[in-house]
Amino acid sequence: MTTPTGSALSVVVLDYGFGNVRSAVRAVERAGAAVELTASFDRALAADGLVVPGVGAFAACMRGLGAVQGSRLIGRRLAGGRPVLGICVGMQVLFEAGVEHGVTTQGCGEWPGRVERLRADVVPHMGWNTVEPPPATQMFAGVERERFYFVHSYAAREWTLRTGGRIAAPRVGWTEHAGDRFVCAVENGPLWATQFHPEKSGDAGARLLRNWLDTLPAGR
Amino acid sequence: MRVIPCLDVRGGRVVKGVNFVDLRDAGDPVEMARLYDAEGADELCFLDITASSDSRETTWDVVSRTAEEVFIPLTVGGGVRSVTDVDRLLRAGADKVAMVTAAIERPAVMAEIADRFGSQVLVLSIDARRSADQPSGFEVTTHGGRRSAGLDAVEWARRGCELGAGEILLNSMDADGTRAGFDLEMLAAVRAVCTVPLVASGGAGAVADFAPAVSAGADAVLAASVFHFGDLRIAEVKDALRAGHHLVR
Repeated sequence: MTTPTGSALSVVVLDYGFGNVRSAVRAVERAGAAVELTASFDRALAADGLVVPGVGAFAACMRGLGAVQGSRLIGRRLAGGRPVLGICVGMQVLFEAGVEHGVTTQGCGEWPGRVERLRADVVPHMGWNTVEPPPATQMFAGVERERFYFVHSYAAREWTLRTGGRIAAPRVGWTEHAGDRFVCAVENGPLWATQFHPEKSGDAGARLLRNWLDTLPAGR
Repeated sequence: MRVIPCLDVRGGRVVKGVNFVDLRDAGDPVEMARLYDAEGADELCFLDITASSDSRETTWDVVSRTAEEVFIPLTVGGGVRSVTDVDRLLRAGADKVAMVTAAIERPAVMAEIADRFGSQVLVLSIDARRSADQPSGFEVTTHGGRRSAGLDAVEWARRGCELGAGEILLNSMDADGTRAGFDLEMLAAVRAVCTVPLVASGGAGAVADFAPAVSAGADAVLAASVFHFGDLRIAEVKDALRAGHHLVR
């Protein structure tokens, strides 16, 4: 939790009962930030960066996020241009809705679109897969051709957010599993997200996390 | 395609014996985890083969120290019986937990774990051997292969997928320790009914053994002693898989 200098970037990993939080904390620490694991709204709002982890079910994660006002927290941070990184189900809940076993659960709604079950014969999609990074990517700088660790049964197959005028279009990365193509990464201003687990993706994941830390305001 | 070294841990040390008897010490688990990570292992698996209640603290400590410095997925098995056990291991830094006996004794525990943490954390580990007593020709065993569980291994794998397992770890007790290759027939039989990733285990002896396991339907290959004693290196196995046109990291 401590770093040699007082000027280290501060990152909160949101502790809302879901996710391999310990791995996320250690991996972001290794990438160079001072990391705090907490459910505190104020601490999470004030940090230079916020990581929203998540594993398991969409509906359960949304319940957990609800208990810590996660949706409002993410919205408040983004309104102020403060970076947020969603990982795995922490990415899925940023969409409008998730559909599990025929039941639709409302998500945080930062982006339009639904998260649905993968269609492959073998699910979960588990293992190291390649990615198709977005053009002009910052997230994958230096690791464009690396494999990342995925473990999930659901994904967003469509990206429907349209932007125009002076708003920069989000950069969207894709991955394919057994012919099923889905969104694996989004760089949308201060809101970044990955369907894979950078904290479990070895050196490639560490580089990606450093790329994210480089976007944090205090790091500029 | 994943290559997974498995570390059988007893009292905080790595061991692996031929057919699970005559154990030999092969080192410190954290040290070996770091080594395998550096060598390109795609995941790691720790099996606590003592699995007694007093060894649990040691296992948690090993898992926690490993998760501090190794950033690839970690599966932990041995003595996992309940949602509480899973919670404890995940908090220590495990990504998945493997169950053998408790799932047989009370199959509903699989659904309880999947409901709470998602099926991706739950690995159903099946220690199977050939037997004329079961319709598929393969039966489930417990106690390191010493006892028959009275279950058909293929049917048990199918049911495991239904009950919430996110992965099947299929260990051939006949092939284990023999280094004569994986049981390809058993792999193919389980693959035919298995809707989740399938990990082949037991029998790896040479680099040429791995590609046939993948062709038989395995999504990942696991081995212990051939890696621990330096007979095979992870990179050699991956080269052989690549040569067989299988995708590896």
